[in-house]
Amino acid sequence: MTQHDRESSPSMHETRLLDKQDFQKLVDLLWDQGYRVLGPTVSQAAIVFGEIRAIDDLPRGWTDEQSGGEYRLKRREDDAWFGFVVGPHSPKQHFFPSRVTVVAADRDGDAWRMRDVPDDEPPVALLGVRACDLAAIAVQDRTFMHARYSDPIYRRRREQALIIAVNCTQAASTCFCTSMNTGPRCSSGFDLALTELPDCFTVEVGSPQGAALAALLPTRPADPQALRQAEIARQHAVDDISKQLDTNDLRDLLLNNLEHPRWSEVATRCLSCTNCTMVCPTCFCSSVKEVSDLDVEHVERVREWDTCFNWDFSYLNGGVVRDQIRSRYRQWLTHKLASWVDQFGVSGCVGCGRCITWCPVGIDLTEEVAAIRETPV
Amino acid sequence: MPRPRLAVFKFASCDGCQLSLLSLEDELAALADKIDIVFFLEASSRVEPGPYDIALVEGSITTADDAQRIRQVRRDAEFLVTIGACATAGGIQALRNWADCDEFLATVYASPQYIQTLATSTPIASHVAVDFELRGCPINKQQLLEVLQSLLAGRRPRTPVHSVCLECKRRGTVCVMVAQGTPCLGPITHDGCGALCPSFDRGCYGCFGPSQQPNAASLTAQLRLLHVDTRTTIRGLRGSFNGFSPEFRSEGDRLAAEQSGDQST
Repeated sequence: MTQHDRESSPSMHETRLLDKQDFQKLVDLLWDQGYRVLGPTVSQAAIVFGEIRAIDDLPRGWTDEQSGGEYRLKRREDDAWFGFVVGPHSPKQHFFPSRVTVVAADRDGDAWRMRDVPDDEPPVALLGVRACDLAAIAVQDRTFMHARYSDPIYRRRREQALIIAVNCTQAASTCFCTSMNTGPRCSSGFDLALTELPDCFTVEVGSPQGAALAALLPTRPADPQALRQAEIARQHAVDDISKQLDTNDLRDLLLNNLEHPRWSEVATRCLSCTNCTMVCPTCFCSSVKEVSDLDVEHVERVREWDTCFNWDFSYLNGGVVRDQIRSRYRQWLTHKLASWVDQFGVSGCVGCGRCITWCPVGIDLTEEVAAIRETPV
Repeated sequence: MPRPRLAVFKFASCDGCQLSLLSLEDELAALADKIDIVFFLEASSRVEPGPYDIALVEGSITTADDAQRIRQVRRDAEFLVTIGACATAGGIQALRNWADCDEFLATVYASPQYIQTLATSTPIASHVAVDFELRGCPINKQQLLEVLQSLLAGRRPRTPVHSVCLECKRRGTVCVMVAQGTPCLGPITHDGCGALCPSFDRGCYGCFGPSQQPNAASLTAQLRLLHVDTRTTIRGLRGSFNGFSPEFRSEGDRLAAEQSGDQST
């Protein structure tokens, strides 16, 4: 391999540098390759996923301040492009759409003819995915891309997607990825992973697709000083994390404390409004309904996000199983942190902190666990 | 098979909910093929006596005459559906339930002696058995269609009882309360509007009434943390179309009692 080849063809796990002035080329390249580029953008007083066509669509110079039940968009003192953490949206929105028609049927004489409804969503490139969300995608893959029971919509969208991750260089007060071993460093599950420096990005290649993409970009080899700067920036995120969840023996702690008085106490605060489950990047519950026209000639089966906090989600023949907020909160927390492990071999929590920020009354699951740990029954 | 006979009745209300039936422009012709609309004064001079298979009842009970008339409607109807906040919760006119009705009459009317009214505005279900309640101010016409379709198909109507929050999240709307500190009744309000107000950057004001098992006390405690004046919160709960619904009313009354206690001490 010649020196020239080495400079123009990044290999797997190699780290290169991309100047900020060349970043638009990456965005253009993705659109040219047929991807719809979704990334962080300022909208509705928050940083949410939206279409990125130009670097001006990114939240340059913005940041977020988060605590229980509170999120505020703020101006930064610098001009950082990715100087914030995760917002209310997550990659789940794209891979597991909130409302989708899964199948249709048309009446044909006395019979019904089933009809596939093709998912025509173009491939997406998700830009700016953080480590906790990479972990969340891996958690949802276990649910939706199970070897025997695979969701065709999720699988198609997931397999077509390109993921350009961004390493966090700061943390919110709600972040606890270090407790869940999911971040803040992006370690796997990406095609490219970027770390932002004042004038350039380090670009880490994580897949053959990422390598192919990087080969088309005007990158240059990373010098040791840039690598060290990137390491310092990433360490800043680690140092910034203040929240902790003690996961030691967590599964048994929760499952052995199903009658703990804390469940009743949290139920006085919990609105059962569903927000925590909706913003959770791993929650996967849905319900299906059949919608027909007036003549009942055409029927569509529609799948919508649903949640264990919905009163009638546990409706079975004869009644609702979880008829109290107490039992619904307990169901969610014990599934997320305990029985998820039995079911999928990993925790359902990635430590992104969204459920804390977006709970309208600021309930913090780490505090609930700590309260139970303090006085186990 | 004969088409089911439908009648639409109005009590104390603004007519907006029955207009939702007429607003079903794309479906109305097809609906009229399936359902025989035999009594609907807002739309037709055709007036046929009962019995009716389906009665849609709009409005609350505010007069002694209406308290009698609803009994006849009930006797005439196989399946009685109340439509809208007036019929299901008493409507905005239920503000009188916390006030002196005679004083209102004296203030509003030059000759109050001609006005015959009850001192209260109450939902239909306080007077007769109701088979199904469709919420909203006004109702969602698609939900009305769903109720009629379900009756035709002999199944339960599918009108979700969950909070507005779920629909905000499905739409990708960012929470106005968390991101902007805007007071919002969404966490305790029944969906049905499709989370309309937050998508226009304002808080929910409870048009569809309380959701199933609303935790109003926790929400009002949070509103206090957001520095919302307690009088504003009380007005938000009791001073709206669904203010007399048991859940909004009891929390509003609790706060009002707490406040008058504070003032007397």
